[in-house]
Amino acid sequence: MTSPPFASPYIPNTDADRAAMLRAVGAASVDDLFGDIPAEHRDPALDLPPPLSEMELRAEIERMAATNLHGGDRPSFLGAGVYRRFIPAVVPPIVTRGEFLTSYTPYQPEVSQGTLQGSFEFQTMTAQLFGMEAANAGMYDGATSLAEAALMACRVTRRYRVAVAHTVNPRYVETARTYAAPQGVEIVDVAASAPALDDDIACLIVQYPNFFGCVEDLHAQREAARAVGALFVVSADPVACGLFKSPGAYGADIVTGEGQALGVPPSFGGPFVGLFACKQDYLRQTPGRIVGKTTDTRGREGYVLTMQPREQHIRRERATSNICTSTALIALWATVWTACMGKQGLRRLAELCHQKAHYAASRVAELPGYSLPIEGEFFQEFVVSCPRPPVEVNARLEANGVIGGLDVSDRYRNGMLLCVTETATRGDIDRLVELLAEAA
Amino acid sequence: MLLQDADARADAHDPRRLLMERSVAGRTAVTLPASDVPAQPLPDAALLRDDLELPEVTEGEVVRYFTRLSQLNFSVDTNFYPLGSCTMKYNPKLNEAMAALPGFANLHPGQPESQAQGALELMHGLQAYLCEITGMSAAGLTPLAGAHGELTGILMIKACLESRGEGARRKILIPDTAHGTNPASAAMGGFDVVSVPSDANGNIDLEAVRREADETLAGVMFTQPTTLGLFDVNAAEMCRIAHEAGGLVYADGANMNALLGRVKLGALGFDVVHLNLHKTFTTPHGGGGPGAGPVCANDTLAPFLPAPVVERRGDAYALADPPQTIGRVGGWQGNFGVLARAYTYIRLMGAEGLRAAADNAVLNANYLRARLRDLFVLEPDRGVMHEVVFSARKRRGARAIDVSKRLLDYGFHAPTMYFPLVVAEALMIEPTETESKETLDAFVEAMERIDAEAAQDEHFLHGAPYHTPVSRLDEAAAARRPELRWRPAAST
Amino acid sequence: MEAPDDRKYSKEHEWVVLHDDGTALVGISDFAQNQLGDVVFVELPKVGAALAQFDQMGEIESVKAVSDLYTPVGGEVVEVNADVVNKPETVNEDPYGKGWLIKVRMDNAAELDNLMDAAQYAALTA
Repeated sequence: MTSPPFASPYIPNTDADRAAMLRAVGAASVDDLFGDIPAEHRDPALDLPPPLSEMELRAEIERMAATNLHGGDRPSFLGAGVYRRFIPAVVPPIVTRGEFLTSYTPYQPEVSQGTLQGSFEFQTMTAQLFGMEAANAGMYDGATSLAEAALMACRVTRRYRVAVAHTVNPRYVETARTYAAPQGVEIVDVAASAPALDDDIACLIVQYPNFFGCVEDLHAQREAARAVGALFVVSADPVACGLFKSPGAYGADIVTGEGQALGVPPSFGGPFVGLFACKQDYLRQTPGRIVGKTTDTRGREGYVLTMQPREQHIRRERATSNICTSTALIALWATVWTACMGKQGLRRLAELCHQKAHYAASRVAELPGYSLPIEGEFFQEFVVSCPRPPVEVNARLEANGVIGGLDVSDRYRNGMLLCVTETATRGDIDRLVELLAEAA
Repeated sequence: MLLQDADARADAHDPRRLLMERSVAGRTAVTLPASDVPAQPLPDAALLRDDLELPEVTEGEVVRYFTRLSQLNFSVDTNFYPLGSCTMKYNPKLNEAMAALPGFANLHPGQPESQAQGALELMHGLQAYLCEITGMSAAGLTPLAGAHGELTGILMIKACLESRGEGARRKILIPDTAHGTNPASAAMGGFDVVSVPSDANGNIDLEAVRREADETLAGVMFTQPTTLGLFDVNAAEMCRIAHEAGGLVYADGANMNALLGRVKLGALGFDVVHLNLHKTFTTPHGGGGPGAGPVCANDTLAPFLPAPVVERRGDAYALADPPQTIGRVGGWQGNFGVLARAYTYIRLMGAEGLRAAADNAVLNANYLRARLRDLFVLEPDRGVMHEVVFSARKRRGARAIDVSKRLLDYGFHAPTMYFPLVVAEALMIEPTETESKETLDAFVEAMERIDAEAAQDEHFLHGAPYHTPVSRLDEAAAARRPELRWRPAAST
Repeated sequence: MEAPDDRKYSKEHEWVVLHDDGTALVGISDFAQNQLGDVVFVELPKVGAALAQFDQMGEIESVKAVSDLYTPVGGEVVEVNADVVNKPETVNEDPYGKGWLIKVRMDNAAELDNLMDAAQYAALTA
């Protein structure tokens, strides 16, 4: 049996269609349509693997996926900015409906009210979680959202030095440096608790809870920023804000965050959604899409993209940012997840994280050779000092089917950052403790 | 399409009632387990909040609300969506299934490389395919969207110039047809933007490039094919001039769908190109993201790729920082879920399938050009690539916005309108290869009927659309007094 | 397009009318507001700011465009029109009257000679 020539299931034109269309165009062949391409560069060899049928391709990709170890089939205590979450069965089928999945930026609001109203709900939830007046429709991720906040603070204050507390996620700081350097903005590392700031600082950036899990009262930091006329910028975990005081309550001027925490799958790092909220006064300096409520010609409520002159398609090189996307689908995912949790559910979920993490910490602290180097309140993450390098401890955990914590031995002696969310059972935690004891 | 009645707001199921307006204390949409650990001391009350308002709704209400909302959207799954420069092609469902595999979706980005070999293998493969498609030598997958890829490419040019001791070069040339993201990205990269005109045939004006090609030139940002849907025949010469002056050239790959298998951008002389996986490589647009904007670079710029890239070391894959990397542009190693979708598409299509995609995309655009040319103005009038830009200024009573809005009534998404800026009353139509001749013919018929409607009554189209869930919305009112979130009744 | 002949105009489409007390009112022309479309936001200088002729003095936004504002005459800003900040549509409704933007105490009345009269401006925008 000979195999038929490859026919893509995604391309409807038949030979007969093409012949009819070429007649209408007045071209002899499809090749003629590419005549503007210099002959010496036209139709190069394209060395790609041969096309695969869906059955073959599925098997190939399933093989790759199956070689990964992951938190879906074993206990995982890795967090550090990306969290394993319970995702109610209702969330994926709603969000992946084709009408949401395969539409685009709502340039024609009359036929995009679903996307627009979804974004409005997202803005509402972001603002409520962070205790802020306003929020945008979404950024790429938590790291870039914070980098954009730093640049925005520079625009607002017309100052070009940014102070970052020593306890901010190092990946976020690296991203902020990449964004800041070409604009001549300097990133300054400062102490976390009582930073002394120069009077040319545009903003003070802190993380809440901080990268090592601690929940701090932010009054002192807020006052340190105020004292020199700098903005106070907080990178916050939205789920922690279901239990702990919001950054807005501490007087934050801009709050950013990683929306992944709101029930978005870890997916090896993305797609996620950046959260971005601020005080109303700074709205015209914000990056990103913003959706607003209005009415149509018949007086019916509806939603549109608004405050667009800030953006690249109008202001071009003078825009507040080059960003076009609002990562709308992931914003919708976070919105549906948060709606499912609701007022009581999110609080309970956050309490579960807190209870389980504290149980885990108290058990680990009792182990010979292990200690907790940081004192004070924490949410769902804490640093453990191990008796051996964390890489060795983690290898032991991996060999026994458990994914360990992040190695932070560059900051704490043999330090490992452990994360315990609502998805860890007591059995998982006890197993972790047992393995840690063996690894001592 | 769900139609709304003006008086339906009182209906409990009216989709315009926001979640917080549906909220009833005591309702819930989830079940959570009781704590299975011994009770732990509560945090200090001074640290806690009691002011968080979130909706209280049942699971059924969540489903009905969001399902009804979804029905207010046009989408590729439901409508022809010829939005120019956005490549709204069909998004295969297999892509979704592969990205959602538990081994991918549950994989934590901070896990050691030894635990993520399958994901890294996929990324390594994708890097190689994208290099082959663009004719470049190395790829970085970390940029999270097209504009993010642009910024990344611009930062790579800046880092390369600095490594040559030429950091003082600050001028970036950008054609006047470019997307707004190009000048915005250049500005974020700390460059000064100089706009360059197009010539009468829609190609970049080489004389203007020569005039600007001096010792201050950092580079050129260039879209090929251009936003006029034309293959710019001056591109190779423009690259030569820029290089001779000491500059580097960035290619915006937004329109790569026209070129798959037909030409490699590297061969034309470009130094770095970004690709929009959500356009060319069928990952869904999601109502405005997520996308992915990988960059591919030639030998000159490869050392400056963003961190990290995937390397093969013996039998294993590892994350590595390129030697002179510009650093990290996002939290992790890219939008892996989007990368997995694009990888799936490329493997299903192979070289012949990708080339067939470009061929049929270009044929479809030229077919619409031929069928619609009598209704509109074409400037310049030459064969197009993947999209065609008309001017709607031929007839009174039918501005670009009116034609666009009326198309919605006929069940077609509107073209991109008023872009590129160099064409008055622009209508930019990109049919893509995944639409059939029957669909294109129906679209042409709708355009002909709209033309007849405008001829009959020049005011009729100003009121369009007539049959959508809402009619034209008051954007001025929205901007003058921004209402950007639900607020409790007491505080409004 | 209407251009009253009691005032002078700049090529950036601002108008200025001098009062007997040495202050001058500044606004944008009917042509300019028409080109912009529905004005949604106006940013003006602070009272007390010292401006030189043709300095940028603020920004004006419509739904889908943004323009810089340049003062047609130099001097100290003695008043800004709070009504247009709160109700930007006033600029569309009455560009030569209630839609004025700032009041300036002019340093140098001769600067008016650098501007166009109504007939010249009408020719420019014809």
